Amino acid sequence: MTAGWQEREGEDEELDAALDGRSLNLRLYERFDRVSDEDPELAAAHREIQDRLKLLRRAYNVRLTRLMDAWVAIAGLAGEPSVLGPEREAALEGIRRLDARQLSRVREIRDEFADRHRLEEHPALARERDEIAGLLEDVEAAVVAGGHVAVLLNRLNLFGLRGLLAGKVLVAYSAGAMALSPRVILFHDSPPQGAGHAEAFEEGLGMFPGILPLPSGSRRLRTDDQERTGRFARRFAPAICVLLDTGTRVQWRGRGWRSVGPALALEPDGLLEPLRGYRKRVA
Amino acid sequence: MLSSPALQELERSVAAAGAHAASEAVDAFLSSHSFPLAEPPYYTLVYRGPGDEVNLRHWIYALPTSQPFRRLPGTDLWHRTVELPPGSRVEYKLEIVSRGHAEWIEDPLNGQHATDPFGANSVICAEGYEVPEWTQPDPDVRTGQLEDRVVKSDVFGGGRPLTLYRPARFRLRRRYPLMIVHDGQDYLKYAGIKTVLDNLIHRLEIPGMIVALLHAERRMSEYSADPRHARFLVEELVPELERELPLLGTPEGRCLLGASMGAVAAFHAAASYPDYFGRLLLQSGSFAFSDIGESPRGLPLEPVVELMNSYREEPRAISRQVFVSVGTYESLVYENRSLVPVLQSTGMDVRYVEARDGHNWENWRDRLREGLSWLLPGPLWMVYE
Repeated sequence: MTAGWQEREGEDEELDAALDGRSLNLRLYERFDRVSDEDPELAAAHREIQDRLKLLRRAYNVRLTRLMDAWVAIAGLAGEPSVLGPEREAALEGIRRLDARQLSRVREIRDEFADRHRLEEHPALARERDEIAGLLEDVEAAVVAGGHVAVLLNRLNLFGLRGLLAGKVLVAYSAGAMALSPRVILFHDSPPQGAGHAEAFEEGLGMFPGILPLPSGSRRLRTDDQERTGRFARRFAPAICVLLDTGTRVQWRGRGWRSVGPALALEPDGLLEPLRGYRKRVA
Repeated sequence: MLSSPALQELERSVAAAGAHAASEAVDAFLSSHSFPLAEPPYYTLVYRGPGDEVNLRHWIYALPTSQPFRRLPGTDLWHRTVELPPGSRVEYKLEIVSRGHAEWIEDPLNGQHATDPFGANSVICAEGYEVPEWTQPDPDVRTGQLEDRVVKSDVFGGGRPLTLYRPARFRLRRRYPLMIVHDGQDYLKYAGIKTVLDNLIHRLEIPGMIVALLHAERRMSEYSADPRHARFLVEELVPELERELPLLGTPEGRCLLGASMGAVAAFHAAASYPDYFGRLLLQSGSFAFSDIGESPRGLPLEPVVELMNSYREEPRAISRQVFVSVGTYESLVYENRSLVPVLQSTGMDVRYVEARDGHNWENWRDRLREGLSWLLPGPLWMVYE
């Protein structure tokens, strides 16, 4: 699945070679283009929901910016810990509640869209879903590549991949790992604009528990800023925030996470620690 | 007059060596230094040659526009030291006066130049200023396409030339924002806007966008709050482009960019059709106004003064996000600083940036990343390769 590459979805020669030429690209991006051509009503509805979600995201960011600024400001206050400690916790709790509400609101809007438009009754979409299900029947492992995480997640959801991938070996990297995780968190500490507050974007497919994958984390996050790194880890705890830098591999085998080679996780105190410390069962 | 420590040393050695060895000492000095001689915060310009007078001519508002060089006694070496705050970028020329005749030239000892529609200037880049790397061509970046075309206009009568930019990987299925650029030819030639767009789109800092680069026929009149220009944009150009190209067609998806009088034209068009253009990028706008009496800016800007005075009397939201930039060293800093609180009072989202630079195309180029990525943020947040 390379839908995150959008129009370049089919340029998968390198990936196919890495899989010994035994891969089959589901071409989810192209399939949705085909559905849109055949079903303009669904395409228009899809655009409408994107506009609604953009508006929701703007509102979320207005609130998030203020809450994050407050948290940072309170963290910087000097004084009696017994007074400030609970205030810092409350500031963090406010952000976590907002994140949770955002994910829930996105789900509500998507569910409402699915109900109102009775997606299963759209023949073009149903045909593509059936075809994908057929293709996946004899597949042993699924690979989800990176790219535009919103586009990728959108296509995975539209074609009902969550159910179809259950029980298969999954290999996911970059945005693919984010899309399969429980929560998609957008992050970049040095964007051209703004303070770079990480955003709770949407629930992922939740194909594995307990981990928040951070693709190119060492490049996108200012991990040398201990305060900032610690805030990130505390905000998204108990998920393990793992830097998925080039070459990093982590595996879930149903009991816990282990790294294949070195992998670093963000600690609540802002330090980076090897993931091996997390070889524990994740509920 | 300020003097560089290096020059003071040269002066001492010339004095000690005597007239016969002065020329060799100057030769040695010139070959062992690069110019402007940087001793932050002091920058020394030197000129070697005959003349009765040498002057530094620059456009830094609040400093005398002509500053005399001093001749090193016993030599034909002239010098002038200026103090510049970190991050400054200053364009200048040398004025050589000889037998009553004055000639403005680029500094022969300075390899850094900037071009504009009037020619070229030499440039002093103070410590802390660097040409942003995103303004330079990158061989790894896929480039967009330019296409010259003519748009029929009943408003102006006849055709209006423009250049259309389509981003790399342009697809009819996508919906793109539209940016209209005043003085498009100059933005292309002197601000390298095509390279900037290619690079910022490639880096995902701005979205792929379609850009209409305008070429005004009678710039000073058409950009001076001429209602025909606003009508041309809103009633002719944008509808035609939105019919033909996959554009968003919403206020958030329409942006106007302009510098100097081009910024006035953009502001006037937005004010004439409120909330039609949801994004404005106004650089060093010639926003002349008067609190009392007449504006010192003179007759050519009278329509602008009328526009701005009227807007200042009754400020109103005309767009949604407005990015205003200006050079700290240009006289228009007064007008632009004055405009910002007026814009903010209307509830529009306004961002204001000053740079230690002047009224020139490289200043406007250097501010494009900050302005564009704020007005039209790209998918950087969303893409994880």
